[in-house]
Amino acid sequence: MGMEGIGARVLRKEDQRFITGKGRYTDDFKMAGMHYAAFVRSPHAHAKIKGIDKSAAEAMPGVVAVLDGKQLTGDGIGNLICGWMIHSKDGSPMNMGAWSAIATEKVRYVGDAAAVVIADSLANARSAAEAVAVDYEVLPHVVDAVSALKSGAPQLHPEAKNNMIYDWEIGEAAATDAALAKSAHVTEIEIYNNRLVPNPMEPRAALANYDVAEDHFTLYTTSQNPHVARLVLSAFYQVAPEHKLRVIAPDVGGGFGSKIYIYPEEIVCLWASKRTGVPVKWTADRTEAFLADAHGRDHVTKARIGFDKDHKITGFKVDTIANIGAYMSLFSSSVPTYLYATLLSGQYNIANIHCNVRTVYTNTAPVDAYRGAGRPEATFLVERIMETAARELGLDPAELRRKNFIRSFPHQTPVIMAYDAGDYDTTLDAALKAADYAGFSARRAEAEKRGKKRGIGLSCYIEACGIAPSAAVGSLGAGVGLWESAEVRVNPVGTIEILTGSHSHGQGHETTFAQLISDRFGLPTANVQIVHGDTDKVQFGMGTYGSRSGAVGMSAIVKALDKVEAKAKKIAAHLMEADEGDIVIENGEVKVAGTDKKLGWHEVCLAAYTGHNLPAGMEPGLKEGAFYDPTNFTFPAGAYVCEVEVDPETGVTQIVQFVAADDFGKIINPMIVEGQVHGGIAQGIGQALLEGAIYNADGQLITASFMDYTMPRADDLPSFKLSTHETLCPGNPLGIKGCGEAGAIGSPPALINAITDAIGNNNLTMPASPSRVWAAMKA
Amino acid sequence: MATVSMTVNGKKVTGDVEDRTLLVQFLREILNLTGTHVGCDTSQCGACVVHVDGKAVKSCTTLAVQASGSAVTTIEGLADGANLHPVQSAFREHHGLQCGFCTPGMIMTAVDMINRAKADGRKLDEGTIRAELEGNICRCTGYHNIVRAIESAAQAIA
Repeated sequence: MGMEGIGARVLRKEDQRFITGKGRYTDDFKMAGMHYAAFVRSPHAHAKIKGIDKSAAEAMPGVVAVLDGKQLTGDGIGNLICGWMIHSKDGSPMNMGAWSAIATEKVRYVGDAAAVVIADSLANARSAAEAVAVDYEVLPHVVDAVSALKSGAPQLHPEAKNNMIYDWEIGEAAATDAALAKSAHVTEIEIYNNRLVPNPMEPRAALANYDVAEDHFTLYTTSQNPHVARLVLSAFYQVAPEHKLRVIAPDVGGGFGSKIYIYPEEIVCLWASKRTGVPVKWTADRTEAFLADAHGRDHVTKARIGFDKDHKITGFKVDTIANIGAYMSLFSSSVPTYLYATLLSGQYNIANIHCNVRTVYTNTAPVDAYRGAGRPEATFLVERIMETAARELGLDPAELRRKNFIRSFPHQTPVIMAYDAGDYDTTLDAALKAADYAGFSARRAEAEKRGKKRGIGLSCYIEACGIAPSAAVGSLGAGVGLWESAEVRVNPVGTIEILTGSHSHGQGHETTFAQLISDRFGLPTANVQIVHGDTDKVQFGMGTYGSRSGAVGMSAIVKALDKVEAKAKKIAAHLMEADEGDIVIENGEVKVAGTDKKLGWHEVCLAAYTGHNLPAGMEPGLKEGAFYDPTNFTFPAGAYVCEVEVDPETGVTQIVQFVAADDFGKIINPMIVEGQVHGGIAQGIGQALLEGAIYNADGQLITASFMDYTMPRADDLPSFKLSTHETLCPGNPLGIKGCGEAGAIGSPPALINAITDAIGNNNLTMPASPSRVWAAMKA
Repeated sequence: MATVSMTVNGKKVTGDVEDRTLLVQFLREILNLTGTHVGCDTSQCGACVVHVDGKAVKSCTTLAVQASGSAVTTIEGLADGANLHPVQSAFREHHGLQCGFCTPGMIMTAVDMINRAKADGRKLDEGTIRAELEGNICRCTGYHNIVRAIESAAQAIA
């Protein structure tokens, strides 16, 4: 409680350094003798490497090494892994091709690394990289997933026949077919979920140093999960044993999923540092980021949904082809399967669901989790098909949704998930009221007079966060556990350090996590330091992605705090000769309830460390750790309403209002939660209206800069109207569900539903550019 | 090579640079002023915005030699000692930043925007702020709170 406790809009502690230019990002660090890496990247979508002539590059100023893939594998550096095993429906394990951090025999997409130059300046490294002559034998290529499956398509990996990685299913096919056959109405839809580039504003970077005296490596890197990076670099890539490798993720300038993975560049910098004897830094320029960061989405889906005569859903059948790019990135296999198809029930009672997913290699950048990861794809499909069905049935889209809402919890869907709590009517009501849904027809008529086409669209999303428990995800193929750890270190003067395995790259953990301590002990957040992002400081952690830091990370802190509180109360009871059960801690004081006896918090902490007068048998000190493994996923949900005006002359869409009503469970800091929703919605609007990664017929990424790939800018977006409703998550001690991805999940279908409503044509592909909207209007 | 001299955050500095050295490289690599960031290399994202002789400039597409003889202000030089500039305070008050990477450029752009509006006697409304932020990209905030921060700072400074 108090001014800085749970629910308070505490201004962020971390802001001071960011607004004064004192943030410390990976590229800001320097080391004595530091050299620079420049990668030689393939200009071809698919080619055999016949030879590499390094002589000209090696003779250039400042060059200390030109290294290739054969040297890398020759030094025992392992191939990149995919950490989630998926089995095809015939029981066979996924067909994964080899991925070397530097290509050895073949390059498989434009941007694939064929060599690396290490030189004394960035300019010298880049000049020399241009002088490395790679002799390529160009091979036929394929960039879209549907074509990659066709017979005669170019083959990427010998392990994956017909480029198929797996042919996976979930749910009951026969029962779903039967339900659809009996339906009074069936709605069909075909969707392309566009390929996106995450584009955190800080490009990826790595600074690696091998200390020969200690036989020890240090890596500064742009990571959302430094411990996972260390584990994978050590156990699979054989760069160094874990105890000889320190990974530091300092201030990180956004991630959105793209900084979860351990990329070739980090591996190469570590390896090259040992091989050359100098610290090696690499920082992506933006075009490198476009070419070599993991992309997101890229699904082609056909789906059918059935309704009975009362407009209740009978069955939902989905067939998806997922483009995974040229290699299987770290969590890529889980995104179009367990993070996608398990959410196809949406907010609705659906007795029969079946989804088939074929995941396919193509000559494009690897595709992995991007903000939402599978759940935006599921929500887009469900909410587009519900809106389409409502139009076909002549029903109010809000009413069709309401007719099918799940209202009793826990609710077991036919696709694994057991929803624990929710209140979908309340968020829909709140969104419709805030949007003045009832007044829309008058607004549409008024717009018509001005020559504008006005439309409104809804989206009722559900997602799953805090992916866990570990045993459950393990049984589904995950290679890691998805718990979190925390340590609470109380100093003798009563200040507190929280060490957490979560990692903040914009989420404000230094503030929200400190609010937990303020809430518990009544201490100012200024007395709390959050320590994260350094494997030498924090024992272990799984990092931040999937909106897990609140539901999982903070739960671990709560568990450790429980232990600290219990010990502090024992000490205080002993010192004040009171019963332990009568001790209360509030406002920084430790009191005996119902008396005027009290000690300052700092006095109890000091007593713990002097050890002069502790209960018999008690160890000195006040420091506790905890590991927390959730009992279930959490299920944030909500309703979004978007209203647009389309100019019939130009096809330009203007978003005139965007309303979000979200249920995130318990909210620690509403200001930060609102910020997460704003950012998520902006990325969702980006996907629906502006963004799209395009490989042309030559296999070139023609959207590889901010001049060509349309990032949402301030004048593309409106201000947002937000509200929240709390139904507590029963699965964790704080009742948190998670808020990081909701905006990106819920917003694209609301926007496309609004535009298609405005123009009267339901057939519109994302991004809904003016030319596409204009063409759809004329069609 | 060329010798450049300029005033950076009120201090006279001199350095030898290659002709191709960019102003942002001079600031970051030579002067260790790492608050100015590079986000795109194509003059689109504005993470590199600094003030040269009082005007907002993208330092990733300015040569260091072009700034020779000028007075440069970076994010590190914006506050008056411990007293934050009103735009810095407003970004914090209104939660106008998340990861912080675009923030220095955003703030420097906002200061310039407010100064120009004030000089012209214009009031900054939401539409103008959004239009004038066209050269700065933020991936975290959806701009909602950045706009609130600039509105508020513009009022405080007016």
